[in-house]
Amino acid sequence: MSAEPTVGRKIGDVILDVANVSLSFGGVRALNGVSFDVNEGEVRAIIGPNGAGKSSMLNCINGFYKPTEGMITFKGESHHQMETYESASQGIARTFQNIALFKGMTTLDNIMTGRNLQMKKNLLWQAIYFGPALKEELENREVVEKVIDFLEIESIRKTVVGRLPYGLQKRVELARALAAEPDMLLLDEPMAGMNHEEKEDMCRYILDVNDEFGTTIVLIEHDMSVVMDISDRVVVLDYGEKIADGTPDEVRANQRVVDAYLGVQHD
Amino acid sequence: MEVLNTFLIAPFLDMADSPIFLLEVVIGGLMAGVMYSLVALGFVLIYKASGVFNYAQGAMVLFAALTLVGLMENHVPIIVAIILTMAVMVGVAMLIERYMLRPLVNQAQIILFMACIGLNFVFEGAGQIAWGSNVKKLDIGIPENSFEIGGVLLNAFDLTAAITAAILVAFLAVFFQKTAIGRALRAVADDHQAALSVGIPLKTIWVIVWSVSGFVALVAGIMWGGKAGVQFSLVLIALKALPVLILGGFESVPGAIIGGLLIGVFEKVSEVYWGPAFGGAIEGWFAYMAALVFLMFRPQGLFGEKIIERV
Amino acid sequence: MFYREAGQFKSTYQTDQAIFPIVQDRWFMALVFIVAFVVIPLVADEYWHQAIIIPFLILALAAIGLNILTGYAGLVSLGTGAFMAVGAYSTYKMSTAFPDLNIIIIFLLSGVFAAMVGMVFGAPSLRIKGFYLAVATLAAQFFILWVFNKVEWFFNYSPSGTITAPPRELFGVLVTGPEASPVARYYVCLVFLVVFAFAAKNMARGRLGRSWMAIRDMDIAAEIIGIRPLQTKLSAFGISSFYCGVAGALYIFCWLGSAETEAFDILNVSFPVLFMVIIGGLGSVLGAILGAAFITLMPIFLTNAPPMIGIHLAADLQKHIEEIILGLMIITFLIVEPAGFNRLWQIAKEKIRKWPFPY
Repeated sequence: MSAEPTVGRKIGDVILDVANVSLSFGGVRALNGVSFDVNEGEVRAIIGPNGAGKSSMLNCINGFYKPTEGMITFKGESHHQMETYESASQGIARTFQNIALFKGMTTLDNIMTGRNLQMKKNLLWQAIYFGPALKEELENREVVEKVIDFLEIESIRKTVVGRLPYGLQKRVELARALAAEPDMLLLDEPMAGMNHEEKEDMCRYILDVNDEFGTTIVLIEHDMSVVMDISDRVVVLDYGEKIADGTPDEVRANQRVVDAYLGVQHD
Repeated sequence: MEVLNTFLIAPFLDMADSPIFLLEVVIGGLMAGVMYSLVALGFVLIYKASGVFNYAQGAMVLFAALTLVGLMENHVPIIVAIILTMAVMVGVAMLIERYMLRPLVNQAQIILFMACIGLNFVFEGAGQIAWGSNVKKLDIGIPENSFEIGGVLLNAFDLTAAITAAILVAFLAVFFQKTAIGRALRAVADDHQAALSVGIPLKTIWVIVWSVSGFVALVAGIMWGGKAGVQFSLVLIALKALPVLILGGFESVPGAIIGGLLIGVFEKVSEVYWGPAFGGAIEGWFAYMAALVFLMFRPQGLFGEKIIERV
Repeated sequence: MFYREAGQFKSTYQTDQAIFPIVQDRWFMALVFIVAFVVIPLVADEYWHQAIIIPFLILALAAIGLNILTGYAGLVSLGTGAFMAVGAYSTYKMSTAFPDLNIIIIFLLSGVFAAMVGMVFGAPSLRIKGFYLAVATLAAQFFILWVFNKVEWFFNYSPSGTITAPPRELFGVLVTGPEASPVARYYVCLVFLVVFAFAAKNMARGRLGRSWMAIRDMDIAAEIIGIRPLQTKLSAFGISSFYCGVAGALYIFCWLGSAETEAFDILNVSFPVLFMVIIGGLGSVLGAILGAAFITLMPIFLTNAPPMIGIHLAADLQKHIEEIILGLMIITFLIVEPAGFNRLWQIAKEKIRKWPFPY
């Protein structure tokens, strides 16, 4: 699995800038003055030991958690705190650590919810169905079918998601995020709980998305070999603070990072 | 202006006019509140211990009361009747556990709630078939006379109910906090399967809990039945307990008590001082609206735990 | 071997998404329509219409409405009776104030009023979830009925406090009031049910339905992918209450003829409709209809069946037994098949599909 930029892939300017973000829950400081940026089109990994605040960071970018300090700038627009609706409509999509699929719906319906922002026809047209609502439904279905093709999940289209095995659920979740045609994709441990083959598949998909659509990828991952292989740059968090930032090789050589993972105390 | 006067000024003037009367209304409200608390307590117990919202609590109160009255009408001595009724409630608890709770282990709350609604119907129908549907008088010898303290009118029966409730609550509080069984109950309320996996005997726990709840229902039944006669409308009490639980939080024993008392007082006071302006019968909806407003500002109730949702 | 999809290929997304993708289903529906529109009016007598069929149609409509709220959007409501009452009383006020206004328009307008009330009481649903929301709907139930009881304007100051449907015509035929024929009233209710059931199914399979189900299944994730929770929940309350409001209007105008608020109280309406939705299967239009059929038919069955096998029950004993049976059925259904009649129906269809093979 190589990270050489392939034909058609180009890394641009900063698309996301996180500046001095802090987040507290009651007495617990989850994030403490974290700053980093993400360039358009790159694959950026966020790593760190458990409890470092990685998911919290993604949740702040999404608008689910509201940071107490700091600024988040996406595509040039700055916010103290993102709103979930805004982040979604601006082009941020994500997957979740514990699968957040809609368990009562089929694969197809789940992925179609990813198109929700694009579907505008109002209630009355929906009730009548035939006509503009149907047209919109079919247009969006085409997009969704392309995503289904891309991720090779045609055979489970009509299966209720709750019945799918774990690996397939993760893929459906990715499909739902992709269906929104996002500019930036936040992946929270996309390979957790997968075996080697499944991980290879997932890597391939992530790289393909980055290659073909130029989507910026921010991913949290524990498997070091994956991180080192597919990311362009890496941010390392520990106890809510950033302790390293750079290319995979730079980070791997950083003594503080090694110590953090081995549990050696620092002042 | 007239409207403002009626709502915002006149009632308070009335209150100030006759503070003794106000006190009596408040005390009356507290006494009614104690009754609510008793029923709410039964809910809280079961919810705390099994995560099940036992809609059938009201019907259990009715059933317990009916059984007691039925036995007493057949000339069974009071003490024996109470013991027998308790045995019946324990038996019922075991049946419920075996045939309803066990098959529904770890289902969503709403499923359990609806199963309890079904249970409610079964209790109602069965109770009425077994013991008839007339209003019955329940008299187990609690004094009912009224007396005065410092110019305020009190009732011995209500006082007894209040004291009984207090003792019950103290006992339950100790039970939950200090004993191993209490801890096991709290574990079960949190997560059935996790509790099973650490070896907590779910079945036994549930039988215990529903029996204790049955006991509380019996006490509540005695109190309500003695005051108002044992009749069908007892079932609607179950619904009234809901605003109490909202105020107090679904999982808190002190919450059930305080919530009950507050609702009792607010209902009485609003009915007496604001009721006439509205044409009366405010009591039917006041508690619910109050609960609704309360929920807007503090969804977890006075004592409930704030749930932090994680993704 | 008779009921198979083999050979029926869908070559467009549209046919793939159709309500009845299998040809045999369409034949079946055609048959149902013929029975409903032609056979029943010819065959059924007044008792059947008045006691069984018309209430079934109306309650099925209410059940579909509640199903939208509780089944698709996952918001438990114990206030169905109140929203139906809003529909009924609005219809009463409008039809007495504007006697020349077409009664169908009045029915639809009262649905709109019910929708607005529903959205007001549904507004707290953003902060309040689960049981607590159920209690909020209880507030609606008790408060709204109290208003209709106390504020005399609503029942035109009549001393008895009841509202009575005035006779109104549609296309020259009396459809409300004591002189209206059961067949006329039947057709009105039937058309409403068919049109609204179709609309409900359409909404459920499109964007709106998916938003509702997303909020039901995991509202946080739904919010993060851009579904707006408040708007979605309000739309569920609004549309559901619209359905219940129209059902309430039909309840008085095409069935009971006149009533007081008791007709809409929690035990007479809110709980039974909730049971219809549960027993029929949450999240399914067909389920709501099947549930309504079951709950409407069961008392009739219990009244008539024992005498047929020689057992005679006193009226109140029968009522108690009904209660017990209803309670047991609910519990049994929840244990055995929480997805209700709808799921049983699907399973039955699967079996027929595979027949004569077992699986």
